[in-house]
Parts: sequence; C-alpha cells; structure tokens
Amino acid sequence: MMRRFWAVLIGRNKEFVRDRGALGWNLLFPFFVVFGMAFAFSDKAQDVFKVGVVGEISSLPSGFAATKHLKFVSFDDASSAQNKLRHHQLDMLVQAGAPLTYWVNEKSPKGYLVERIMLGTDAAKFSPERKAVEGKPIRYVDWLVSGLLSMNMMFSALFGVGYNLVRYRKNGVLKRLKATPLRAVEFLTAQVVSRLILIMAVFTVVYQGSDLFLHFQRLGSLFDLYLIFALGSACLVSLGLLVAARVTSEELAGGVLNMLSWPMMFLSGVWFSLEGAPKPLRLLAGAMPLTHLIDAARAVMAEGATLSQVSPHLYILGGMTALFLAVGAWTFRWD
Amino acid sequence: MSAVLEARGLFKRYPKAAANAVDGLSLSVREGSCFGLLGPNGAGKTTTVEMLEGILKPDAGEILYRGAPIGVTFRERTGIQFQDTALQDHLTVRELLNLFGALYPSRLPEVELSKLCDLGELLDRDPDKLSGGQRQRALLALALVNDPDIVFLDEPTTGLDPQARRNFWDLARQIKARGKTILLTTHYMEEAYALCDEVAIVDKGRIIAQGAPDTLLKKHFDGVVIELPKADYKAPVGGVPGQAIEHGEMMELMTGEVEAALEALKRGGSSLAHLRVRPRTLEDLFLALTGRELRE
Repeated sequence: MMRRFWAVLIGRNKEFVRDRGALGWNLLFPFFVVFGMAFAFSDKAQDVFKVGVVGEISSLPSGFAATKHLKFVSFDDASSAQNKLRHHQLDMLVQAGAPLTYWVNEKSPKGYLVERIMLGTDAAKFSPERKAVEGKPIRYVDWLVSGLLSMNMMFSALFGVGYNLVRYRKNGVLKRLKATPLRAVEFLTAQVVSRLILIMAVFTVVYQGSDLFLHFQRLGSLFDLYLIFALGSACLVSLGLLVAARVTSEELAGGVLNMLSWPMMFLSGVWFSLEGAPKPLRLLAGAMPLTHLIDAARAVMAEGATLSQVSPHLYILGGMTALFLAVGAWTFRWD
Repeated sequence: MSAVLEARGLFKRYPKAAANAVDGLSLSVREGSCFGLLGPNGAGKTTTVEMLEGILKPDAGEILYRGAPIGVTFRERTGIQFQDTALQDHLTVRELLNLFGALYPSRLPEVELSKLCDLGELLDRDPDKLSGGQRQRALLALALVNDPDIVFLDEPTTGLDPQARRNFWDLARQIKARGKTILLTTHYMEEAYALCDEVAIVDKGRIIAQGAPDTLLKKHFDGVVIELPKADYKAPVGGVPGQAIEHGEMMELMTGEVEAALEALKRGGSSLAHLRVRPRTLEDLFLALTGRELRE
C-alpha cells in the first residue's frame, strides 16, 4: 500500500518539478500579485471612518448613528473589537449605555477625528466615558497578504489537481494505471499530497521572500499560520479532486473550476472585509472554503489569534476536506 | 494444456450504439500459447481485449483466470500494452519502469528487462522523444515489468515500418520462449500467422473462425491462389476448376487443381507471363468468410 503510494507520489513530484514552465509560473505569479498589491495599496485603501459597535448598531444614539461617512460594524465580543482598534482596523469602538463607553487608539489620527465628530453629536448627552488603547497600525498589505496567498493557493489547488487529473483521464494515463494493482485511494492520496507539498513550498518561498522586503506584521504564531494554510489547501485540493472525479473533458473541467474559483476570489474576503456586508452575501461566503481559510489566517496574522480562537473555521475546513475527499474517491473513475 | 484465461458469453454495447460491439463471444487461451484476435478495425477486438484485461466491464458474460473470476491476483499477474498509451510527462523510461514496478508485489530486475526488450540507452530517455519502434519496446518493457503470466499486446505494430515490425516479432517470440501466454490483437494477418499458435477471427463482435492458422487454412481451403493481371485473363469456355474472384487489378483463381487450372487458362488464351502462384493466407480466409476485405 505505502510502496505504491510512494511510487506515484515521487513520480508526480518529478513530473512537476521538471515542468520548468509550470514551476516557474507557480512561483512567480504569487510574487507578482503580492508586490503588485503592496505597491497599489501602499496607502490604506479605505478612507471612510470605521466605527465598531459592541452590540446592536440600533442601540447607538440616533443622531450619532446617522452621521454621514461613518461606517458602523457590530461586534458581539468587545475584546476582539479592541484588538482591531489596536491595529487600526477600526477607528473607534463604542458601547451604548449610560455612560456611553468608547475606546480610541492614541496613535490613530483617524481615531482622533472620529472622536471629535462623535462628541459633536447627540452622543455627548450620554456622558461618554473615554478609554484609550495603543498599538501600531496594521497596513492594508499586512491584512491583504493572507487573502492573496490563500487565493493563489486556491488556484494552484483547484487547477493543479483538477485539470491535471482530467488530462490524465483523457490521454489514457489513468487507464494504464487502472490495469495495475494500484488502488484509487492510493493514487488519489498521492496526487493530493504531491500538490500539498508543492503549495506549501511555494507558500514558504513567497511568504518569506516577500517578508524580506515588505516586513509583514504577523501577530500570531508562524506555526499556526502554516497549519491553517496546510489545512486550507488540503480542503481546496480535495475540492479540485471532487470536480475531476469523473469529468472527461478539459473544457468542462475548466468551466466548473472557473465557476468555483471566481466567486470565491471576489466573495470570500480576499480584497475587502465582509464585516458589515449583507447577510445573504455573508451566508454564501460562509459556504466557501476559501472564506474560512482567509478568516483564520487573517485572524492569526493581523489579530494574533490562537488556533483555539479560530477553531470553528478549522473544523469547517476539516469537515469539508473529509467530505470532498470521500465523495471524490467514491465517484472516481479511471476512464 | 489447461486454459489460463477463459471468456464465456461476453456482450458489450456502447451507449447510443446501434449494435453490440461484442456479441456473445467466448474463447479459451491455453497456458504458454500465443492467441491472436484478428479482424478489421471496428470488429470489436479492442473492446474484447479490454474486457479480458479487466479494464472494461462486460454487460454480460464471465471471464475466468485459472478458473476464478478476474480480480486483484489477475491484475498482479498480467501485463498490458495498450494500443495507444500516454505516460506521465517528464519521466524517463527508467523512472517509469521503477514507478510501475513499485505497483506490483514482484518485479523483473531492470537489467533483465532492458536486455529482454533491447532498451540499452533508451532507459534514460523521454518516451515521447522515441521513434515508433523504440517506443513500442519501452511500452513492452512496462508491460513486462511485473514478470506477468499473461501479456496483452493490442495492435503492437500498427504504424511501425516493416523492419521495426519484424524486430518486434522477435521480441514477442522471446517472451513466449519464457513460457508466457500472449494475447495479441492485430489486423495484420501476416503478424498473426508469424506469431500465433491459435487465432480467432472476429467480425461484428463475434468469432467467425478459430483454430491454429495452418489448420484453419486447411479446413477452409484446399490448394493455392493463382494470380494474374485482369488484362491478361480470358475466361475459357467451360470455365476453370475452382473459384475466380476479381481483386483490384488482379484476377485470383482459388483452386486445388493447379495443373488443370493452368491447362484451362492456356486453352482459353490467357497470357501467363505475369502469373503468380501463392499459398492461401488468413487474409483470403477473412475475405472468403465475410465477403469483405480486411482493410476496407
């Protein structure tokens, strides 16, 4: 069993490493994306003021809540919101009540402005109590990098496994293997592991390489980040496998993979946060593995979250991986 | 000798096809023999052989390897050379042999395999960059990597030049000399005649004749074929003994009485300057049995 798995794994790895064009592209493309984005968004992207609210937005004094150009985002948990404030992802945090409590970051000029604005509205009547936090800003690129790396991982996982399997099926490589004692599960596991190794290698090179120049602010542990990315890419690779389980046409496989990857690219929070997005959109995003990967990675990177704090995302990713793999292996066809 | 592989009542129909691709076919292959499935393109040879290999599931019928339904043991003990196979990209012949070798419980050492299939310097080359004959040798080596009991060769010499084809036949004979059973499909009757102990002629998914090539020819024909250009042929009064068939630019007389036939041709005024006498072939047999040519 293991011997057959190893043989296929080693074969697949050699095949990939020797395909210079594909390897080069897999390494260069994410660098282009990360550096391109770092350059394009060297200033903070959003210029609207963002105010966190502990509890319901409707609980705020109505005059303050109606202020133009302020975006209110509701949080259940004050401490995670304070973390965001600390890293300049929120400009101010408010909790309604008497007295009305608010937190500002002493290092944030925008926080200073929002504070002045609030004190000029009916909020002033609720004898506001000021609390200060401190922390260095997280640049947009620090926030964005988890999304970019995840997105690149998604394309590599879906197309690298999905497309390749369909090509193998079409040109008869799978048929040749079917005539041997190799079992589907051995073959498929080798494909998944081979792709995982590649993805994690590319991730390491791109992340560490970009870090040399961009000096990312990573608040959580690097090990946790690796673990999350490994689990996330296992999930996406399995999804690619599921798509390619029976399809015999490269065009069809390409179409389905595009249909899966494009919505994920735009709706899973790669480019902008889904906090405050309409509920149906957030529900849809919650069904996408990429969303959970990005949320977990970003929480570790930008908020210093621990694994147990992001564990709901990890359980969902793990469950999806198991489901995709099981259905993929069950419906798999060699020809 | 005992049957190493046996098929009983195989049926296969492809979706949307008007007729069965394989239509109630049974056969039995003796251990150590070379068994040939012969027929034109589209006769159902490849479908039959893929069912025998366990690649394709028959709609009905059973296939037995040493008396038991084919399964894991069968896959471990067979080697297959498909008609056209793509291999993993960017791997050398040696690496492919190692990869496939690792898939089986036992394997033939590389040195032996290389000698048997005359691989030599091909071992370190990319199979995609080999000539037709070299590629077939590499594919044969892959089929033999597990030292199988049964080797399936599906149209192994299609597209090869005559020299390469003869070289491949030599390899096939060596494999047989090692006691292996060979199941060969081909549409070259000459190839079947050169290699096979037993042939089954397949047409429209059925076996229409089966036996040792010489026995088959003797059973269906006596005598020889007299060929002469159509322009030279004048039908004698009272006809010629045997059967006269037009075949392109040639007239073919199939007859057991050579002297009487020549006598009649001379009497009728045919010119005998370009006359040729040749033995009957499997090609003639196919024509006689189906009324059609093999390579129509």
